[in-house]
Amino acid sequence: MLDKLNEIEKAALESLASINDQSALDAWRVANVGRSSPLMQVFAGFGKLSKEERPVVGAAANRVKVALESALEERAQAVKNAALAKSLEEEKLDVTLPGREVKIGRLHPSTQQLRRVLAILAEMGFQVYTSREVETDDINFQMLNFPPDHPARDMQDTFFIEAGDRGDNPILMRTHTSPGQIRAMREAVATNPNDPPPIRIALPGMCFRYEQITARSEIQFNQVEGLAVGKGITFADLKGTLTDFVRRMFGQDARVRFRASYFPFTEPSAEMDVECFVCGGKGCQVCKNSGWLEILGCGMVHPNVLQNGGYDPKIYSGFAWGMGPERQLMLRNKITDIRYFWGNDVRFLEQF
Amino acid sequence: MKLPISWLKDFIDLNGLSIEDIARKLTLAGLEVDEILYAGLPMPTYGTGEKHEFKTNGIAWDREKIVVAEIREVKAHPNADKLTLLNLFDGQQEQVVLTGAPNIFHLKGAGKLEKPIKVAYAKEGSTLYDGHADGQVLITLKRAKIRGVDSYSMVCSEKELGITDESDGIIILDDDAPVGMPLADYIGDAVLDISILPNMARNANVIGIARELAALTGRELKQPNLEIKTSGDSVENSVTIEITNSELNPRFVAGLIRNVEIKPSPYQIQRRLKLAGVRAINNIVDATNYAMIELGEPLHAFDYDILKERAGEKKIKIITRAASEGEELVTLDGTKRKLTAINVLVCDEKGSLSLAGVMGGSESEVYDASKEVLDAIGVETKPGEMPQGKITSRGKSTVNVLLEGAAWNFINIRRTAKQHNLPSEASFRFSRGVHPALAETGVKRGLQYMAAWANGQIAPGLVDTYPLKPKDSVVDVTSQDVKRLLGIDLSLEEISALLTRLEFKCEITDNKLQVTAPNHRMDIDEGVVGLADVLEEVARSYGFDKIPTTTMADALPPQVGNPVHEWEEHLRDLLVAIGLQEVVTYRMTSPERESRVVTHAEYVRIANPIAPERSVLRQSLLASVLEVVEKNAKAESVAMFEVGSIFEPVKNDLPNEPRRLAIVMTGARIASAWDVKDSPKFDFYDMKGRIELLLAGLRFTDIVYAEAASTYTLHPGKSAEIKVNGQVVGVFGELHPLAKEKYAFGDAPVIVAEFDLEKLRGLNPSYGIKPVSEFPPMYEDIAIILDESVAASAVEALIRQTGGKTVTDVRLFDVYRDEKIGAGKKSLAYSLTYQAEKTLTDADAAAIRNKIVKRLENTVGAKLRS
Ligand SMILES: [Zn+2]
Repeated sequence: MLDKLNEIEKAALESLASINDQSALDAWRVANVGRSSPLMQVFAGFGKLSKEERPVVGAAANRVKVALESALEERAQAVKNAALAKSLEEEKLDVTLPGREVKIGRLHPSTQQLRRVLAILAEMGFQVYTSREVETDDINFQMLNFPPDHPARDMQDTFFIEAGDRGDNPILMRTHTSPGQIRAMREAVATNPNDPPPIRIALPGMCFRYEQITARSEIQFNQVEGLAVGKGITFADLKGTLTDFVRRMFGQDARVRFRASYFPFTEPSAEMDVECFVCGGKGCQVCKNSGWLEILGCGMVHPNVLQNGGYDPKIYSGFAWGMGPERQLMLRNKITDIRYFWGNDVRFLEQF
Repeated sequence: MKLPISWLKDFIDLNGLSIEDIARKLTLAGLEVDEILYAGLPMPTYGTGEKHEFKTNGIAWDREKIVVAEIREVKAHPNADKLTLLNLFDGQQEQVVLTGAPNIFHLKGAGKLEKPIKVAYAKEGSTLYDGHADGQVLITLKRAKIRGVDSYSMVCSEKELGITDESDGIIILDDDAPVGMPLADYIGDAVLDISILPNMARNANVIGIARELAALTGRELKQPNLEIKTSGDSVENSVTIEITNSELNPRFVAGLIRNVEIKPSPYQIQRRLKLAGVRAINNIVDATNYAMIELGEPLHAFDYDILKERAGEKKIKIITRAASEGEELVTLDGTKRKLTAINVLVCDEKGSLSLAGVMGGSESEVYDASKEVLDAIGVETKPGEMPQGKITSRGKSTVNVLLEGAAWNFINIRRTAKQHNLPSEASFRFSRGVHPALAETGVKRGLQYMAAWANGQIAPGLVDTYPLKPKDSVVDVTSQDVKRLLGIDLSLEEISALLTRLEFKCEITDNKLQVTAPNHRMDIDEGVVGLADVLEEVARSYGFDKIPTTTMADALPPQVGNPVHEWEEHLRDLLVAIGLQEVVTYRMTSPERESRVVTHAEYVRIANPIAPERSVLRQSLLASVLEVVEKNAKAESVAMFEVGSIFEPVKNDLPNEPRRLAIVMTGARIASAWDVKDSPKFDFYDMKGRIELLLAGLRFTDIVYAEAASTYTLHPGKSAEIKVNGQVVGVFGELHPLAKEKYAFGDAPVIVAEFDLEKLRGLNPSYGIKPVSEFPPMYEDIAIILDESVAASAVEALIRQTGGKTVTDVRLFDVYRDEKIGAGKKSLAYSLTYQAEKTLTDADAAAIRNKIVKRLENTVGAKLRS
């Protein structure tokens, strides 16, 4: 009987060793440890054994049963592992295939740049002031110290609007956001005519110049101006404030310089150059090898402009500066054609 | 303005300053140097891509190889008709040089010259520009045989040396040119090209720049010596001046020079003029131009004898006046010009002579009989070409010259130059204002040069009529003013020193500085404006770079924000979040372009459009965005928006500029990929979904969609009006097929939306967040069959109303039609969410469902679909 058990065990283990899938395992289980398997027949035939044989055969049968069951479990685990390995192998992706495109929305690059500028200005206490795009000559020019026939008008070729004969005060497309200076000052004065409040505003918006549309010139462009008016504001404050601003915009290490310049609505006037952020001042195509980029125009608000805004220039002073978000983007991104901005080609817009 | 450095050196010592130092100082002081053009002087060398502060161009002349030489003998070339052989001496040895220069050709075969001709000589190995190439091409002289004669060097033209682009003849130097001297030492130069800002017009001359440089470097300005040697009868005995309107002509000065010999100016003078961008014509015309470039006063030379002839026996009487409307004058370019009352004329008793400050008249101009046919600007007419200017010969060169220096009203000059399209060196200066004091110095300088270059005798005295002397501006400046506006501490002595360098007269009296503007400046006002004018000069002279950087100490203004701007920025963020690309388009368009989607009777019109297609301001933002989408129509899908103003005309007044939002979508709903094909196209409901999100993002809850009024813009069956809080704020839908046909769109429908932001912004949003329940929700689907005519929105409203607050969500998930249901019927399937402040049972849900179904049966005749 013991020999028989050994034979059962040997045959079962042998057949188990060659099994590689779940259904064969199930069949093996039925055949070898199932109710009608030879091993179970041994257990079933227990009654027929002598009293002496029973413990010996029982122990041996139990050992074989445990051995077969644990062998089955081990084999089952191996079969499962093999199956998993196979399916993992089969499910392998080509990781170099492109990912699925996600359609998202974006702001126009000019809006993005305007926001960058306005966010810094907001932190510096300059609040956004917006005003109309079509203006009268007196607010766009005369009150900003450009009298009719002034040579400075050559600097800003103008689109005029058909509006009958209005003499020296035609209607026009604003050539800069500076008319907002006059409007903002007058509004502030209206709140307290005897002691007008200080002003710190940022004036963003579209401006228009009579130009041919080429890679270098456009009929419309955004501008952001800053204006500070108050008591005791100095040219040194202008330098300090703009240096702070430019360092926030272009990096804390940015070196700047101020060159004397001319704008009718400021005096003294200056151009502020920042050390080229593309080459670090070493000279490159963007800065035309000069190492400097012309980034903004600025100056102390002209007494006539303060006066026209309702602020007494003997008591108040202030400064203003202006810059172009599109120009900043062009310099930063080495864009050589300004027409991209209003061309709105998705292949351009999607890059921002 | 183009300024040769050699000329600048006449007025200031530049020792120890490099050309770049000079350019930098001027640039920082507001005289921006755009380019430095080298014509002989050593150039700084840069590696490729290496920083060089200024744009640089031109050529340096090798001191060893390019020298002054003299031609001693001119022979014919043995084998070439068009070439001559020159024997020249370069200071060390004789050389044989070949040339085909036309201005030496007439001496061909002349043999030994009585008086040697001084030339610019380039030896073997010299690097210069190729005189025969287009543009500037550098070449190095190499030995070669030309028709049997050895050639290894050359006599140079201006083009070859980079002075002008003139290659037609060789340079003939002045007789006193020192043979053997390196040419760079003799006439080597560099030219600064300076941008002159409108407030710097006073510096558009050599002495102006020298004065600035003197102030910036603390060096001395060498004032020109204006002494004049005179002889003969005084000019006052032969000429009188009558100014009819002193506002137009504040001053008129005239001087007389007799017995001039008209010929070319000395080469040194011609060269400087050419480098300064002015043509050399003859010594008299050159003297007027040279004095103008030098001092800033434009001059005009009349042929005195012509005036005398016109005056008959009488004294010459110069009269200045405004032109009469329609009056005519032939200017010296040969053009007959019709004048208007803004033009100012210089006349005599017989009639008009010249267009004051802009251009002389043809009849009385200085005449050079040796040049048979010349146009106004001295260009010789080539055979077969029509002469551009006057063609009549006066027969006799000018002998006596009356020289005019005057002051004119800058507005009249400006308008006249524009009206007749005559920009010139003179009108450039006069139209920016020239101080009348310069009229006298200018005339004196001009006469000096005429005497020196044309051997004339200057008549004693000047005729000077000066009816409108400008007031000398006087400004009081204190140290407090400087501190208050510039933020620097300067004593009165320090301020005075800074201003004196710029020739302001300064006087210190009890704690203030009294400053008087110099008599070459028109830009200094008085009072509070004058103070700003003077402080600008203090700051420039002190140096902007030396002014400290400080932080504003003044109080911050009240913080009011900009709610309109902030709301729009929020709107933009929402639009981006729902997958739309922002665009920014032109404000200028044309009615034709907009008419593809909308027509307007009136527009805000541009009086001076750059092109017909940009002749009005837009009145439809949708039209603008549609154009952009059309341009991008090749993309698989486009979804764009713009937020901006449109312009509504108001008669003879500023237009209204209301804000609008336009959205356009077309193309694939989902991006295609290697395993995603045939994505469905954007349709009405894609747009509606986005609008729902947008309005929810703006916190609006009372929203109704209704059929839109019929227009030709939108598909009548696929468009809706959007009502928020009971007000129509926009429309959306599919572009009308007939409108779509007018664009180059693809097959996919084009879905558009337009909002009136003025209206939308004015509406009250509702705020508040519903609590999220801790009890589990129950979900249930019901499908009903009902008549086609019943709107889905009505069904949903009934479900919500009947279900009460337990029904927290109603989602339509299927719309279905077929024969089984029957014609004119549809099936709507809803997914309902029940939620209460307890755990709902199946019985609870059944009760609600039954109530809803019964209500739908009774109200809209719906049947529950089994
Ligand atoms: Zn650079």
